[in-house]
Amino acid sequence: MLGNGMIQGLLVTARNLLRSYFDPECLTTIQYPEERRTLPENSRCFPFLVYDGTPDNLRCVACKICEQECPPQCIYIEVERDAKTGKPVRRPRVFDIDYSVCMQCQICAEVCPFDAIKMDQIYELSGTDRFGGMLMNKGALLKSNEYYHQMHPTEANEVDARLSQSKKKASPPAAKPAAAPITLQSAPPPRPTPSAPPSPSVPPTPPVPPKSDV
Amino acid sequence: MYNFFDQLILTLGAWVVGLVVACGNGVSKFCCGQPLSEAAAHNVAAGTEIVLICVTIYGVFALCFGLATWLERKMLARIQNRYGPNRVGPFGLFQFVADGVKMLTKEDIVPARADKLVHFLAPAVVLAPALLMFAFLPFGRNMAPTNLDTAVIAFFAVGAGSEMALFMAGWGSRNKYSILGAMRAVAQMISYEIPLVLAAVPVVMVVGSLSTSQIVAAQGADGFLDMSRWFVWTPWGFAGFILFLVAATAESNRCPFDLPEGESELVAGFHVEYSGFKFALFFMAEYIGMMAMAGLGVTLFLGGWHGPKLLPSWMWFMGKGFLIVCWLIWLRGTLPRLRVDQLMAFAWKAMLPFALFNIFTTAVWFHLPKATLLQSAVAWLVTAALVAAAYWVVSRFVCRRAGALRVYHYAS
Repeated sequence: MLGNGMIQGLLVTARNLLRSYFDPECLTTIQYPEERRTLPENSRCFPFLVYDGTPDNLRCVACKICEQECPPQCIYIEVERDAKTGKPVRRPRVFDIDYSVCMQCQICAEVCPFDAIKMDQIYELSGTDRFGGMLMNKGALLKSNEYYHQMHPTEANEVDARLSQSKKKASPPAAKPAAAPITLQSAPPPRPTPSAPPSPSVPPTPPVPPKSDV
Repeated sequence: MYNFFDQLILTLGAWVVGLVVACGNGVSKFCCGQPLSEAAAHNVAAGTEIVLICVTIYGVFALCFGLATWLERKMLARIQNRYGPNRVGPFGLFQFVADGVKMLTKEDIVPARADKLVHFLAPAVVLAPALLMFAFLPFGRNMAPTNLDTAVIAFFAVGAGSEMALFMAGWGSRNKYSILGAMRAVAQMISYEIPLVLAAVPVVMVVGSLSTSQIVAAQGADGFLDMSRWFVWTPWGFAGFILFLVAATAESNRCPFDLPEGESELVAGFHVEYSGFKFALFFMAEYIGMMAMAGLGVTLFLGGWHGPKLLPSWMWFMGKGFLIVCWLIWLRGTLPRLRVDQLMAFAWKAMLPFALFNIFTTAVWFHLPKATLLQSAVAWLVTAALVAAAYWVVSRFVCRRAGALRVYHYAS
């Protein structure tokens, strides 16, 4: 009969119209500036530098591995030198990342043998200066380990466990094999196990599925 | 109490007229030392009345236009499980003010090779018929702006003026999309005007008058049972109402008949080259025309301003019109756009025969005896059977061919 399909379609739209008032499942829109989605734990944006305790106590030793590995070359590091002797000290004097160039690939965090550079979750950056506005210096990049824990708890616990392990061995952090963090970061175990020291021989488990976004 | 609210607008109008005449008397005394003569006072009162009617209609329906755009966006959004506008004012109610300000402050672009005069005139010419159509609708008890004997004919005649305006817009823009859209608009609106008028003919036949006031008066008083006298409850009235709704949708270029401005193929049809407030005028004309059509539908089939004495008569009229506007929005949220050949086939092969047969059904109804309740029931059933049979025939034989699959010669 002529009009059957039309009536069915009208019923579908009417059902959706009414359901959107009574069933919150139906309205998937989030009113962004007021409401926010909770980000999945593994979401990442730009890199930042981790410090323990005070900002002076940063983990970075200015080894320049990240600077070399960075595909778009947005990292610029200068090593600090002793004022008297002129010999290099194990800390950066200048550490700049141009966020406008960074492509958020996480390679810097993968290659860092000292767990000094990690990925942030700030996605609401904007600036009025086109050329220098997103150039972050050391001061802007430094963030505490607690902040890191808040953002990526699983990963941060793992990193802390690994660092305390290497301190127990009393070996210098530079001696740590660079391969270990790579394996661990690409395939983290599903639950945080701060007590059990993870090792490279752990078989790779599937990555943690992102939390549902509601 | 009821009468006070029912006649509230008229009372206010009379008060303003009295005020103006009093002011005129005062001015006259001040200038000439004597009050206005009786004839002059009468002229002042009549002039004020006309201005007041115009201002009220334009004001009310311009506001209704704004609210209708808001309602449309809100309803479409909810149909698509979104929120819709909700930033400006409570529930986004003042969105149309923000839109209006945006439109007003936009640059007015005229194509270099456009026909400047025609391009300039078209938006005004398209709005005029839409507003004029309200002159023939009785909005409430004693609230008909004009009391024309040929109001229904005048309504359609004035409404047809918008076709010329659309073609002016398309032609004046000197743009291939505009001209295609305008051609489509003219073809579509002329085609659908025939079923539109034929759908109104049964009402005119039964009432025996073309006056909208008399058509409303024929559809009963204000009791609950009197609602049964609305023409939509008779089989021919129901069929006519459906036909009228479909044709009115096409006449006001609304989805699913919005081919003249089909975005997917014609950018925006006849108003491609319009920006800023000229575009807003086209938009306004579409909505105001839609509301005028809804008003005529209410007048012809839904008993006009009649209704149980719970609400003032003008509220009944506006409420019923609001329901029809909601229906049009619902339809827009549901149906996809037709193809041009389907559109034409539907008008000429389905709606025209059905409308003609509906006139015959009305004649049968008119001549069947309806003195007793039993006779009325028999008449109702007979005409209902006739309408149902006609509908079945149309959907079985005519529409199947109209909706037949198109054979592609090169693309398949």
